[in-house]
Amino acid sequence: MKTTDTPPTGGATIPAPRDGAGPEARKAAGAPGKEKRSEGAVLNVFSHGVLIIWAVMVVMPLLWAVMTSFKTDKAIFTSPWSLPDALHFENWARAWTEAHMSEYFLNTLIVVGGSLVGTLLLGSMAAYVLARFEFPGNRFLYFLFIGGMSFPIILALVPLFYVMQNMALLNTLHGLILVYIAYSLPFTVFFLTAFFRTLPSSVAEAACIDGASHTRTFFQVMLPMARPGLISVGIFNFLGQWNQYLLPTVLNTNPENKVLSQGLVQLAVSQGYKGDWSGLFAGLVMAMLPVLAAYVVFQRQVVAGLTAGAVK
Amino acid sequence: MQHGKYRFIVGFLAAPLALYALFVIWPFIQSIYYSLTDWTGLSPEFGFVGIDNYTRLFQDEIFWKSLQHSLTFAVVLPLVTVGFALFLAFMLNVGGRSRKGAAIAGVRGSSFYKIVYFFPQVLSIAIVALLFQFAYNPNSGAINSVLKAVGLGSVQPDWLGDPDLALICVMVVLVWSTVGFFVVLFSAGMASIPRDFYEAALLDGASRFTTFFKITLPLLWDTVQSGWIYMGILALGAESFAVVQIMTVGPNGGGPDYSTIVMPLYVYQKAFRDGQAAYATTIGVALLLVTLAFAAVVMKLGRRERLEF
Repeated sequence: MKTTDTPPTGGATIPAPRDGAGPEARKAAGAPGKEKRSEGAVLNVFSHGVLIIWAVMVVMPLLWAVMTSFKTDKAIFTSPWSLPDALHFENWARAWTEAHMSEYFLNTLIVVGGSLVGTLLLGSMAAYVLARFEFPGNRFLYFLFIGGMSFPIILALVPLFYVMQNMALLNTLHGLILVYIAYSLPFTVFFLTAFFRTLPSSVAEAACIDGASHTRTFFQVMLPMARPGLISVGIFNFLGQWNQYLLPTVLNTNPENKVLSQGLVQLAVSQGYKGDWSGLFAGLVMAMLPVLAAYVVFQRQVVAGLTAGAVK
Repeated sequence: MQHGKYRFIVGFLAAPLALYALFVIWPFIQSIYYSLTDWTGLSPEFGFVGIDNYTRLFQDEIFWKSLQHSLTFAVVLPLVTVGFALFLAFMLNVGGRSRKGAAIAGVRGSSFYKIVYFFPQVLSIAIVALLFQFAYNPNSGAINSVLKAVGLGSVQPDWLGDPDLALICVMVVLVWSTVGFFVVLFSAGMASIPRDFYEAALLDGASRFTTFFKITLPLLWDTVQSGWIYMGILALGAESFAVVQIMTVGPNGGGPDYSTIVMPLYVYQKAFRDGQAAYATTIGVALLLVTLAFAAVVMKLGRRERLEF
């Protein structure tokens, strides 16, 4: 609980005194504790070393992928680490059209768009009722929702496949949307229930006295107040649904309906026969960059949304 | 306030609950029932066979392999990931040069490091797995070319094709993709520990490493424990499925010679490749038990007095 109370971005404020006063201040601090200072200095060099090495290890594979996406197939195999001889943008064009990346993007947008709206709407409705109203079975329903978080999804997927088949939802985008919503509900309900409990009840009471119905109070008073929570849980679900691999792999095998992650894996298999590795790398980078760019821009919100999710 | 309360409650809960019950709860219940049948998944007919599937489980060598690998994941991955993340987070928060009399300080550029470390977390595990599959390629992959370049041309492991190395290769990828998340998580926790605790300890002559074990770790314990469980559930569930299925060799992954098979992947193969849906759900029930046991063990071992500060 503790980590959610303190915004994770707070960590960024530690190195605050990075003004130029550093060296002078240290000199002024004088001799006492000289030994300790040298211990600090050794540690400082050591920690910078370790931190830089890991940063390189994280960034290298990503940069390598970007670089490789501009190379010819021959260069990929003969000299994997050399820079491309020219920027072969045709790899990207090929990936976008011939390798169906455009379709995968569109399918992913439809599925994630639909399921994100559905998750937030249904999740906040259920969470609001569970957080704010006393009724028999309230606790039971709450734990029924929460329980879904710790069960291995794969166990349910075998029967779910046949449930979907019988309802003619298998291999359809709307079927996938419904499943995404259902599997996002446990965490969403859990997070938003806690959030609705923290909101003051006086505003809702005032709305009630003014004659607003429960439904109207929810949509016009409580939902706007819950915006920060909705944003956090929305980012969490967006990334989870955008990157989802297990659910579409099992429930959505129609080649025309594939979403990005499974489309790329499909591409890796088929390009293996065609030998079009550069096209595949272009596809990978194409899928990777928008998410990374969005993350860098909305860095604080993304980190807050994702870490808030983990610790409960 | 009471007017129409129950109608409102029912109205608001109906849709989410129906969806959840139909797509999540009902399949879970069904799968436990199916594990007692001989259902193939291909035809709608099946008969009740009692615990036959469970006795078969005990004699299934591949099941034991998958169990062993999944347990290895559940033990090793949280240990390595959480341990390494704690180390990095401590370096970020305490490794800085002390200035202006502050006892401890974060390193310069710690927010930059945190942004970079978090990159893999926002990428799809499928993308990560594909990338590393190329890096591990024995003939022209990034890793073996580096080995060649530094004069280790004779050391050219087969990586994912080597039954002794493949499982480790897979685990490295999972560590790579998750460490950053925990660094950021623990870093936030460390930032909320009051500075004066460290100042007092350092004045009393404690070394910085002592402060890690005597101050940081105890005060961060709740976060570490939930991180541990979270990582274990990832390692037992969907993440390990994706990485093994995409990266490793063989039809639908798990190779070479089942040296990387994990429980969720074995469920998938039995149900959707071999047409043994009932047996697949049996493996799934075993996975459920392992997951619950893992969470229970971590909570039991990790129980400590809660420290308020």
